[in-house]
Amino acid sequence: MSEIKATRRGVLKSGIVLGAGVAMPTVLTRPAAAAYMNEPTGSSVTLGFNVPQTGPYADEGADELRAYKLAVEHLNGGGDGGMMNTFSSKALKGNGILGKKVEYVTGDTQTKSDAARASAKSMIEKDGVVMVTGGSSSGVAIAVQGLCQEAGIIFMAGLTHSNDTTGKDKKANGFRHFFNGYMSGAALAPVLEKMYGSDRRAYHLTADYTWGWTQQESIAKATEGKGWTTVNNVLTPLATTDFSSYVAPVLNSDADVLVLNHYGGNMINSLTSAVQFGLRDKMVNNKNFEIVVPLYSRLMARGAGENVKGIFGSTNWHWSLPDAGSKAFVKSFGEAYGFPPSQAAHTVYCQTLLYADACERAGTFNPCGVAEALEGFKFDGLGNGETEYRAEDHQCFKDVLVVKGKENPTSEFDVLEVVEVTPRAQVEYAVDHPMFAGGDLGTCNPGA
Amino acid sequence: MDAILLQILNGIDKGSAYALIALGLTLVFGTLGVVNFAHGALFMLGAFCAVTLQKFLTLSKITIDPTRLDFLGKPAKIKTPYVEAWFGEAAGQAIINWSVPLAILFAIPVMFLVGVIMERGLIRHFYKRPHADQILVTFGLAIVLQEIIKAIYGANPIQMSAPDELQGVANMGAALGLKLSYPIWRIVYFCFAVVIIGSVFAFLKFTTFGMVVRAGMADRETVGLLGIDIDRRFTFMFGVAAAVAGVAGVMYTPINPPNYHWGMDFLVISFVVVVVGGMGSLGGAVLAGFMLGVLEAFASTTWATTTIPGINQIVIYLVAIIILLTLPRGLLGRKGVMEE
Repeated sequence: MSEIKATRRGVLKSGIVLGAGVAMPTVLTRPAAAAYMNEPTGSSVTLGFNVPQTGPYADEGADELRAYKLAVEHLNGGGDGGMMNTFSSKALKGNGILGKKVEYVTGDTQTKSDAARASAKSMIEKDGVVMVTGGSSSGVAIAVQGLCQEAGIIFMAGLTHSNDTTGKDKKANGFRHFFNGYMSGAALAPVLEKMYGSDRRAYHLTADYTWGWTQQESIAKATEGKGWTTVNNVLTPLATTDFSSYVAPVLNSDADVLVLNHYGGNMINSLTSAVQFGLRDKMVNNKNFEIVVPLYSRLMARGAGENVKGIFGSTNWHWSLPDAGSKAFVKSFGEAYGFPPSQAAHTVYCQTLLYADACERAGTFNPCGVAEALEGFKFDGLGNGETEYRAEDHQCFKDVLVVKGKENPTSEFDVLEVVEVTPRAQVEYAVDHPMFAGGDLGTCNPGA
Repeated sequence: MDAILLQILNGIDKGSAYALIALGLTLVFGTLGVVNFAHGALFMLGAFCAVTLQKFLTLSKITIDPTRLDFLGKPAKIKTPYVEAWFGEAAGQAIINWSVPLAILFAIPVMFLVGVIMERGLIRHFYKRPHADQILVTFGLAIVLQEIIKAIYGANPIQMSAPDELQGVANMGAALGLKLSYPIWRIVYFCFAVVIIGSVFAFLKFTTFGMVVRAGMADRETVGLLGIDIDRRFTFMFGVAAAVAGVAGVMYTPINPPNYHWGMDFLVISFVVVVVGGMGSLGGAVLAGFMLGVLEAFASTTWATTTIPGINQIVIYLVAIIILLTLPRGLLGRKGVMEE
């Protein structure tokens, strides 16, 4: 009989091997009987709402969560139906999705990629969600989109504006309804030229991560195309709170426009510093100094208070739009919560309805069936006019809004005014456009 | 030249905040021997005293105006602040306009009380425990405080305004023929910091109470043997430190919109300031605060960040390492503090 010798080194080695085995991601595995990942077998189907409930974008995440809950209520036949009544596709019946009652679980992304991935992984493995959606940051969206692709789950992106989400980091299982940096540049540049002329010198302050980089590149290219010169681009760390050190050099440059490629708290702080240093009252090159905030959200415009008045930017949607879809959504949301929805709330509500509709049309929750139903899907009635989910990159193409901080707001919500609805044709680009090149959509993964 | 002077002003301004927080932090360490990682949270709480007062002053009575419509097309609700209804429109608006300076009067007693409760209720139980325990418990407390603020006020920064009369820029270099425009409120903040720092030093230097506290900081046991209740005085000083951090936060709100995470944003850097200045050294904390503020401002210039990318993120820690290698007790550290 052989003798087993237990040495300390041997036990440690075994422990490491065992630990590694236990810790191996089980996300790529699925029950052998299922046709695809997390195939719903009962009377209900679960969706995963992965939003920032803590961290710098928590207010945006809270608004997203409100919209998701409203969407679930409408899908299950509750409430007034919201945009289901105005949606051009009539596949949704108000009896859940494919007859199964819609349930949901929520996760907290904390606006951190690792936390967001952990949260999404838990939803997929423990809660058995068929779809993950949400996020208020491109870094998070790209990270979770990658995870969902590996897991064989559909990812319906929330608020993500980086070109990379449907550019070099695009995935077959990921879909984005929100617009992107390129579209902001294409919509804004003509308006900026019209308002401020073609002989301008722009100084960019840019958040130092994927969204900031791609937005800066997009805005610089678009404005340079109109004759502007980009004097400088300074990258600012995401954690910066006091921007005075970055704003002060602008005073001594010969720039006459400051472009703030910042979002959320960053934008509120940088704009506050710029206004404090008197940039808005300054004359340079015999022109009024101007500030531009390419990506606006009502929540952050409200946070910046008086400082946003007269400042141009772009947005995906605004509650004041007069179309039937927007009105229906504002009514549902406003009556439920007492205030109008943000663009983050709008985009995630649309994404939930679009996913549910695709399942109905495909007749399955199978990610590949759903993806096929979404690819090239043309629709209307969801607040942005005629829209198309382009098959080649899973990016929605629709009109883009150019907005301006309102000079005389009539209420605390009335902080932005729409100055132009830029038609889709003006913001469209080729799939192989250099700003979106380098990625591969790949093929749909059902988790099999 | 203008750009250099502007960055020096920026650095002094930022250094004012660092110095005010570090002053309280080192005061607590010098008196009670406690490494208080919740001190940044006190700065944040002070800022939210200003937010609270502003919210209180803008509490409004709501009337329905049938001639205007809200976003749902229903008759609009018109808000009129009670202070305008009570004191007249002009007086009411002036009170709201000056809400940040007024918040100092509100924050001093509130923050002093918070400090005393914090010291009596929690921190005194950790006097004889290792520094690691003190750091853990105070860091935990900081997280609890920031989560409470987030639950009440949300996560987004809240815009606060300086009084209209103190907004805009002043040309600081007019006499020297320089174009040196600088925000008025930032100049006010620097002057305010000088007054507060001067007051704390004068209090400790010229009052009997202060002299006893200083004696206690030098030799707690001997002062105790003389029959003086040094613990009570140290509790008082904890309250003073909390109030100093609180008013520093109040006055900083128009410079940077406050959010729940402010405490953590300032804590680490203030701790570095205290270590560089010398643990327990009040003068060292002030000196290091201004010095590191100026260094950070210069490291954030375009020239610096393009020459050495990321230098703005590490400069303070780099300087801290160099100073501690050459002067292990910090700039003005006393012998025997944090040493066996």
